[in-house]
Amino acid sequence: MNLPKELKYTKDHEWVRIDGNVATVGITDFAQRELGDIVYVEIETEGDEVEEGEVFGTVEAVKTVSDLFMPLSGTISEVNEALEGEPELVNTDPYGQGWMIKIEVADESAADNLLSADEYAEVIGQ
Amino acid sequence: MELKKTALTHIHEQLGAKMVPFAGYSMPVRYTSDMEEHKTVREGVGVFDVSHMGEFMVTGPGAEALLQQVTSNDVSKLVDNQAQYSCLPNDQGGIVDDLIVYRFNAEKYMLVVNASNIEKDWNWIMQFADGREGVNMENISDEISLFAVQGPKAVEVLQKLTDIDLSTIKFYHFIEGSFAGVDEVIISGTGYTGSGGFELYVPNAVAEEVWKKIFEAGKDYGIKPIGLGARDTLRLEMGFCLYGNDIDDTTSPLEARLGWITKFNKEFTNSEKLKEQKEAGITRQLSGFKMVDKGIPRQGYDITDAEGNIIGKVTSGTMSPSLGYGIGMGYIKKEFTAPGTEIFIAVRNRQLRAEVEKAPFYKAQ
Repeated sequence: MNLPKELKYTKDHEWVRIDGNVATVGITDFAQRELGDIVYVEIETEGDEVEEGEVFGTVEAVKTVSDLFMPLSGTISEVNEALEGEPELVNTDPYGQGWMIKIEVADESAADNLLSADEYAEVIGQ
Repeated sequence: MELKKTALTHIHEQLGAKMVPFAGYSMPVRYTSDMEEHKTVREGVGVFDVSHMGEFMVTGPGAEALLQQVTSNDVSKLVDNQAQYSCLPNDQGGIVDDLIVYRFNAEKYMLVVNASNIEKDWNWIMQFADGREGVNMENISDEISLFAVQGPKAVEVLQKLTDIDLSTIKFYHFIEGSFAGVDEVIISGTGYTGSGGFELYVPNAVAEEVWKKIFEAGKDYGIKPIGLGARDTLRLEMGFCLYGNDIDDTTSPLEARLGWITKFNKEFTNSEKLKEQKEAGITRQLSGFKMVDKGIPRQGYDITDAEGNIIGKVTSGTMSPSLGYGIGMGYIKKEFTAPGTEIFIAVRNRQLRAEVEKAPFYKAQ
């Protein structure tokens, strides 16, 4: 299971890359494997201010649908438009081209509450 | 509760399949990708381990009379080595299970039932078998493995393993014979994918050996193991019912478009009431639909008219891997079930446009 050390994680199987006050968010390798082939990523919250823990979109796999939760409070400044035409990027490159949103984080210190790679590995029993 | 294993569970785990609990068994939902596995069956050949399915033997001079009583289809139409899709109606207007009835001879039948209903079906049929003369029932579910080898290249692959001319086994017919060096394998021209092929009933003791020989024989044909995920998308593209989703204890066979296996030329459980329902007309009907707007229908979503009034509920839905858009089935008010009717699916907070379509959604090339 691929779990890059430099990333932060959530119990909802999202990863977060912190760069100043901008957080890039996607779903983990574990999550994409559990979901199977992803066929549709629906995020209609661009420009919105969304609280931590709230739903910012949904991801549809062939067999199942799953909500996407905000790992940190802030404003959704960008949505990965490539996923519109190629949602399978979430399967093939979950930590790279399969990223989903960028957040202008409201409170940078909140990132300290996210999980490390080791802590997340425990969550998924690896 | 400890999950039951099939004879092949350890092989699925070795192959890295994602295993899920299904009907009390640990079963492979996918090995690599639902889409890829789906495509393998549509274009090549794939193998499903469906050993969790249940098998009952019904034997004796009274076997046919019992089956005429408990099943809705007409068992007397079967000849030796022929199989028949059917259902077990309950006495409340619904369906206990759907099943396949195999006739070996006039006094020997096999019933193949859904894994999740083995105990329920057994108890249900027993109510009618108890005290009846000349009929014996035996549950052999735990002794038999079942592989579905499906796809346009299935016949060619399997032919390498038997002297029986497989091209002579017609759809819904079967032969019991030697296959992959094992005697008394039941080779059945059935399956639930719409892509052709056979199902093989094999004793557990030789199941692994037969499985391996099938994969050896299929190596040059790109044969792959297929999980339950693709099994579901394949059957849904054909509009085939899944018990628990599209039919259950509360849905009438007539509402489920199973009138073709509901034969009123004989008496069977609840046949009087079902006949009345047929004459009076049904008010809702299991209907297929395809998405016009982008979106994927899922079980439990409401179906509405243009004004937002609820006219039904989705019972099965998926993205169709072959067609590239969302398809589904659901019980819809009769007046909205003509093909081409515009309906709406409530996907989260939106009403997405869809259109009633007659199954099968996928038509083989």
